[in-house]
Amino acid sequence: MREKTKKKGSISYAKWGYIFIAPFFIIFAVFQLIPLISTIYYSFFEYYRSGLKVIGPNFAGLKNYITLFSTDLPKYFSNTLILWIIGFIPQIAISLLLAAWFTDLRLKLKGQTFFKTVIYMPNLIMASAFAMLFFALFSDNGPVNAVLMSMGWTTEPISFLNTVWGNRALVGLMNFLMWFGNTTIMLMAAIMGVDPTLYEAAELDGCTPNQMFWKITIPLIRPILVYVMITSMIGGLQMFDVPQILTNGKGGPDRTSTTMIMYLNNHLFSKNYGMAGAVSVVLFLVCAVLCVVVYFSLTKEDDGLTKAQHNELKAAKKVAAKAAKGGK
Amino acid sequence: MKKISRRNFLLASGVVTIGAALTACGGSSSTSTAASSTASSAAASEAPAAGGKTLNIWCWNDEFQSRFNDYYPEVAEIAADKSTTTLKDGTIVKWTINPNDNNNYQNKLDEGLLNQESAADDDKIDIFLVEADYALKYVDSDYTLDVKADIGLTDADLAQQYQYTKDIVSVDGSQRGTTWQATPGLFAYRRSIAKDVLGTDDPTEVQSYLSDWDKFNDVAAQAYAKGYKMLSGFDDSFRTFSNNIAAPWVDGTTINVDENMMKWVDQTKEYTDKGYNNKSSLWDSQWAADQGPTGKVFGFFYSTWGINFTLLGNSLATPVADGEKPQVGNGIYGDYAVCEGPQPYYWGGTWICGAAGSDNIDLIRDVMQKLTCDEAIMKQITLDTEDYTNNEKAMEEIASSDYKSDFLGGQNHIALFAEAAKKIDMSNAGPYDQGITESFQAAFKDYFTGNVDEDTAKENFKTSVQEKYPELTDVVWPA
Repeated sequence: MREKTKKKGSISYAKWGYIFIAPFFIIFAVFQLIPLISTIYYSFFEYYRSGLKVIGPNFAGLKNYITLFSTDLPKYFSNTLILWIIGFIPQIAISLLLAAWFTDLRLKLKGQTFFKTVIYMPNLIMASAFAMLFFALFSDNGPVNAVLMSMGWTTEPISFLNTVWGNRALVGLMNFLMWFGNTTIMLMAAIMGVDPTLYEAAELDGCTPNQMFWKITIPLIRPILVYVMITSMIGGLQMFDVPQILTNGKGGPDRTSTTMIMYLNNHLFSKNYGMAGAVSVVLFLVCAVLCVVVYFSLTKEDDGLTKAQHNELKAAKKVAAKAAKGGK
Repeated sequence: MKKISRRNFLLASGVVTIGAALTACGGSSSTSTAASSTASSAAASEAPAAGGKTLNIWCWNDEFQSRFNDYYPEVAEIAADKSTTTLKDGTIVKWTINPNDNNNYQNKLDEGLLNQESAADDDKIDIFLVEADYALKYVDSDYTLDVKADIGLTDADLAQQYQYTKDIVSVDGSQRGTTWQATPGLFAYRRSIAKDVLGTDDPTEVQSYLSDWDKFNDVAAQAYAKGYKMLSGFDDSFRTFSNNIAAPWVDGTTINVDENMMKWVDQTKEYTDKGYNNKSSLWDSQWAADQGPTGKVFGFFYSTWGINFTLLGNSLATPVADGEKPQVGNGIYGDYAVCEGPQPYYWGGTWICGAAGSDNIDLIRDVMQKLTCDEAIMKQITLDTEDYTNNEKAMEEIASSDYKSDFLGGQNHIALFAEAAKKIDMSNAGPYDQGITESFQAAFKDYFTGNVDEDTAKENFKTSVQEKYPELTDVVWPA
């Protein structure tokens, strides 16, 4: 009987686990891993189309990377970062404020559900449709200029789309509008996860709402803040549709709104898999590095000590350890 | 016992899950095959004669589609959504329309042509359309059929076509495309504004004021003094300069920027700084509005299709789509007239090419013959649509007749086109023209608007062109 059970026990349930997770790995391999490897592979080749003639693939070593760094890559990278930051700073500030207000028990805001729905709305519109809308609104003969002119604020139409900062500000504004609702909801969830007794205790101790926000809320929702920042940064580095459509695919005056992905897209005009691959690889590495940096800088254990105090503590520990060794 | 039943349960549930998944897949695939087989049998029953022969035509807008549907004599029936046209012999013409913007049409077409050999017979591209700016890219490849040697048109068929329309699609004496339209360019001006500025709206007299660039600039200054703009935007006069360059853009791997292009840059910069233009770009909303009832722009450089297709549509106060007829009284219909302008030029034009590997050569020959060589059909298209068709004899007939265009205030513009068409020289067209034109206009727009200086604009042009054409290594600017 015992033996029998043992035999039956040898049936491995683990195999079902493998079967059920297999689809993910198959799809991951076919649609992500293989393309990733082939992108890296082709980034070392000269491989493009001239008219209908395919040139290459000819092995070119690091030539694509050298061209990339010696020409314009830094410019497009800084464009991308600037566009992201312009949108992200107001986004995180407004979202934190709204999340704090919505969750504040003493404020008892009315119509919360309504506002939450409304601020989330812009995220439901397709980015390209949103950009088309702004393109029409802010064009030289668009409604925004018509309003400004009829109010007498300006006599000549303002050429928003033909100035560097007009363009960048519009991209930032759109990214802000599209994502602040989403961020608000996430931060609200985080704030509501904080133990309410902490606030009650702080209140009893005479904390101001300001202090409670900075000393309790912010430290305790840091994991979500990290998450919001990382996802937004990855999204920001891959920014494409909004500036592409707002600038009609041209990347703005003097190429100042050309993002990394728009640059990548430019290379696909000639099906230039070599250069496009090199851009993708650089982007991949930059994303990875940034994520690691942000992650470690924000999740570091915070015990309320300054850097100098930390160093002192370390030194003291060392001395103690030495003393203990010496004692032996 | 307990254990066994649990295992059985797991097994059973696994089987059920996988089975369900499989049946779901199987179910959907079998329904789709059923659907497609009913569809094909329906198609077959509609077309019993030829048994589902398909003619695939690729293009980027509905211009050729409407010409085909309206004027090809074999058309029997047009699908409600216009995606297919059925011919009298049962052949189904399938339209594949991909918009042109950002190279989209060419990218899709390239994929289609590269897969031509492995495609099923009914999916093979039979006819594709190309524009002047990139015609050579396809003409100078093995994917395009010779209209005489492969398709079977005769010299007699092609005799009445304008020579330039044959030259541009010829490589080493082998002609690989044919077109129903010739696209000489003219300068379309507003009669009312010309009267105000010059005191006359007569095309011959207005032409005498605009016959060279110096005179043109003088009129621009006069128009500005009266509160008008001479041109709408930066690129309006581009074609008049770029068609009159001394050599093709690209020589080997070097882009030679012609002196004439820099003249365009200088003139447009001057116009922008002095306020002679309205700072619009081709095809944007400002540009379209400038052509309409609220516009204050003296005139537009336009070729044949631009006048009957674009300008007419933009000039109306109430668009045709809203049920209003294009007629005098609707917007500024009738207020335009045309003259030759300072320099002869052409703009655009669509060529029909037969794709190598097509299984419908006879049909392609007939389509080309009827829609590009048949004198009566050509003449009728011009009379109906005011388009300028590619038949010298028919056009001369209309030019010397008492034909007049209501849209142009009773002017016989065909006579002017017939003169201009003879002067067209396409010998400097090249396969890179579209990409270079777009990059050049975009790079120098920043210079016109004051965002960059001239040298930066030149640098940006080089960067942008090299992204598009990695094989071009150098840009040489005129001294």
